[in-house]
Amino acid sequence: MSDAGAGRPADEKTPGEGAPDLGNEPADTTNTVTETIDEIPMGGVPEPGATPTVDTGEERTHLTDMPEETADRDAHGGDAGTTGISNNKLAMWLFLGSECLLFGGLISTYMLYRGRHSGSLGPDQIYDLPFTSVSSFVLLMSSLTMVLAVSSVARGDIRNTKLWLCITALLGATFVGGQVYEFTTFYREGLGFTTSLFSSSFYTLTGFHGVHVTVGIIMLLALVGMVSRDRVTGDRSEVVELVGLYWHFVDIVWIVIFTLVYLIPA
Amino acid sequence: MSTSVSEHQHPSRGEDLAADEFGEHHHGATDKQYIIIALILAAITAGEVSISYIDVGPLFLPALLIMMVAKFVTVVSYFMHLKFDNRIFTFLFYLGLSLAVFVYCVALATFQFFSR
Repeated sequence: MSDAGAGRPADEKTPGEGAPDLGNEPADTTNTVTETIDEIPMGGVPEPGATPTVDTGEERTHLTDMPEETADRDAHGGDAGTTGISNNKLAMWLFLGSECLLFGGLISTYMLYRGRHSGSLGPDQIYDLPFTSVSSFVLLMSSLTMVLAVSSVARGDIRNTKLWLCITALLGATFVGGQVYEFTTFYREGLGFTTSLFSSSFYTLTGFHGVHVTVGIIMLLALVGMVSRDRVTGDRSEVVELVGLYWHFVDIVWIVIFTLVYLIPA
Repeated sequence: MSTSVSEHQHPSRGEDLAADEFGEHHHGATDKQYIIIALILAAITAGEVSISYIDVGPLFLPALLIMMVAKFVTVVSYFMHLKFDNRIFTFLFYLGLSLAVFVYCVALATFQFFSR
């Protein structure tokens, strides 16, 4: 170990450290760049004609003059940028909007092909409405427990947050278990994936939804682990809300599937 | 002046401050209200299932669709906090949803789905 650098500032470079010294750079390049960066205000390059702001210790009147902790975070602890809207939440809503297109396509395909089961089992012969109704109720209640988890983390109640997240994951697992049971029953009754266009579109639609629920359960369990290790506190509590948005979306997709697939006869 | 600028650029923060004045937390609804909403959703689900077993004639399909939309909007508005959050989220989500519904209705119409 060499102590050649002892006693120097951390950002001071000597020949042989970092970038190779080509011998044609001015000696004060580092200081010049540092000073230039310091002159750029937060929020990017100012627009032409914008009034430059100088921190004189007086009352702050611009968003970009706010302290760093406040300016970069929205009211829910998310990274807000300069718009006041959490970037993470905006991205999640955009993702959910795009998911609408995915499930819209799958539901449309099912609606087109639900009557195409010539000679084989059709929707009216195979669906078990009481069983699916109970599954729907379970998923609906998981939305309640999820929103209670979000509410708990907003209050800083870690114990109840973990409790509600675990219950939500349990209810989700119950729903997925019910779906596996339903698929197994249908298969034993003779409705395979390639039996008919109806069966293919049905398994694809409900299977995709089941995969989404399973991904949600994994996210919930990961969240429980993060909360247990105190990694979801203060500014990071928004992550619970984001997982909650995903979970509720899975629920609203099932609301549509339950009505259009199970309740409306072919 | 400074207050109006801040609120204009941080609308969600302004709404939260307003919510706090009424003693409500974070997004404007209490746990009790969430439970009541869940019970309403459960009741609507029960209504959907029961309407499948009783003969209501031509009202069957409209009634089911209305109840489905009511559940959908309730979950999105209250559980997903869209009612209390920044309006841009509402715009983004319903724009995507409307686009999806429109595109797939056109696609279904192409296959003469609605004239069957």
